[in-house]
Amino acid sequence: MTFSGHFSYFITIFLMIAGLFIVIARGNLIKKLVGLGIFQTSVYLLYIAPAKLVGGTAPILSPDFSVYSNPLPHVLILTAIVVGVATLALGLALVVRIREAYGTIEEDEILSEDTQSDGKGPHP
Amino acid sequence: MSLSAHLPALQVVLPLIAAPLTVLLRRGQLPYLLALTASWLALAISLQLWVQVDQGGTISYAIGKWPPPWGIEYRVDRLTAFVLVLVSGMAALALPYSRDSIAHEILHEQHYLFYTMFVLCLTGLLGITITGDAFNVFVFLEISSLSTYVLIALGKHRRSLLAAYQYLILGTIGATFIVIGIGLLYLMTGTLNIADMGRRLADVQGTRPVLAALAFLTVGISLKLALFPLHQWLPNAYAYAPSVVAAFLAATATKVAVYVLLRFYFSVFGATQIFTELPMQEMMLLLALSGMFVASAIAIFQSDLKRLFAYSSVAQIGYIILGLSLGSATGLTATIVHLFNHGVTKGAIFLLLGLVTLSVGGTSLARVHGLGKRSPLLSLGLVICGLSLIGVPGTAGFISKWYLLLAALQTGHWWLVALIVMSSLLAVVYVWRFVEVSYFREPRKDLADPNPLPLGMVIPSALLVIATVYFGLDTSFTIGSAQQAAELLLEGVR
Repeated sequence: MTFSGHFSYFITIFLMIAGLFIVIARGNLIKKLVGLGIFQTSVYLLYIAPAKLVGGTAPILSPDFSVYSNPLPHVLILTAIVVGVATLALGLALVVRIREAYGTIEEDEILSEDTQSDGKGPHP
Repeated sequence: MSLSAHLPALQVVLPLIAAPLTVLLRRGQLPYLLALTASWLALAISLQLWVQVDQGGTISYAIGKWPPPWGIEYRVDRLTAFVLVLVSGMAALALPYSRDSIAHEILHEQHYLFYTMFVLCLTGLLGITITGDAFNVFVFLEISSLSTYVLIALGKHRRSLLAAYQYLILGTIGATFIVIGIGLLYLMTGTLNIADMGRRLADVQGTRPVLAALAFLTVGISLKLALFPLHQWLPNAYAYAPSVVAAFLAATATKVAVYVLLRFYFSVFGATQIFTELPMQEMMLLLALSGMFVASAIAIFQSDLKRLFAYSSVAQIGYIILGLSLGSATGLTATIVHLFNHGVTKGAIFLLLGLVTLSVGGTSLARVHGLGKRSPLLSLGLVICGLSLIGVPGTAGFISKWYLLLAALQTGHWWLVALIVMSSLLAVVYVWRFVEVSYFREPRKDLADPNPLPLGMVIPSALLVIATVYFGLDTSFTIGSAQQAAELLLEGVR
């Protein structure tokens, strides 16, 4: 196999690692979610790319076509996209609530606020 | 077809339908009653399924009459039925408890949403267990996870928001790793049916995508089951979630993840000799042992009972994985039986901690001073469950540890026996910390006189404490199911 044959896999792995890196390296809660989104999107490519054949068409039997794409991965990823959207929406909703409660969305500031509040007053 | 033939579908569909209905019937007691009905029906169905499997063997149910491996298959075998009983049983006990519990912890106008999320979480956990389709596992995993994040965020303290967010990030990474693993397996085998995948995988074993799939699945599922060192999300999630949520999660969520691990290791990878050709057992053994010791040691230094028992959960998951890593039928029996026994014990502990919160206004060790004098029965319940965590004879925990020790001796790991006993001593230390402040300190003066605790919360907690003792004395249900389930799983390996 040539480099071009594996091209989509290189893109997939790059996106996967880039997304995961953002999640780990960034302290901003929104940026973390962006990274998570990129990470999840790379998986869509991982499923879809092998299912697509060059010149393949939708799997509706017809004498004019002989090459068909596999529809199953597309359907699976449709489900995964819905899950991804739901996760992102919930994540953002949580960030809104965190901002209301702490007044910031930077992870280190939130953690230092929590450590300070440990010092004073009875801990619930 | 009679109704009983459709029980596998109803097991998941009933709570799934109940979830949106609780949103529509938002007023008054209706959401509560509906959720309660759904969870009790789920328990009745799971018990009925257990009986059916006991008499007639594995049940295969084709959704929409599309025969497997093309359609989605629901598959109930011994292990499935056993885990279904645990999950639905815990839900059936947690819901009656929740009514009085959330009245103190969650805003009144959010109550109906709590029931919606709880029933959805139940749906997801039951679905993961019953489905025989690999991608379906992911979908149900996300249903249960997303509702879990919301349930944790409902906690009173603002830290519950951050705990939910952190769990969301780690949980999503874990779930995505699982999808990557399933995707690679699908690419190599062309099937998503777990049983079919297991058969076809033997032809392509040892290829790089299959090994990558194994790695992704192992890491992803380990994140979900909080295997040390991937447990970072667990202590905060349990500590800041509403009491009833912590109890339900501690008893079921990680246990269902263990079930998924068993499914993939034995039913999918069973025939590929990963256990003989790769150092999987040694790796799992090492992680299990470090979890047992490190998490127990951290538990000793916690100042809050919820966090203390959350770290104890991480340690106990170490025992569960330890049984699996021994690779023998007895070891696997220990894994499956400890999955159940620890679920019951930890469920009881967190339900009791909810009562402690109500009684003394918190669960920090400084607050429970003199609990033994203030609420003797409550304190006694926690001590009994603590004894079960240690593994004292007469409690459920002893049965699992006994089988674990047997497995270690049978496989010739005599040094492991010493390590298991040593880590149990660490459990003695952290349980003693509670006993000391509860029985040998004077009650705090600043607390009002104890009010009678609501019966709706006391009865489920008491039932679970009794179950902790009962399953330590009568093991016909637990050990019987676990042994048969272990044999069935190992059939796939041979």
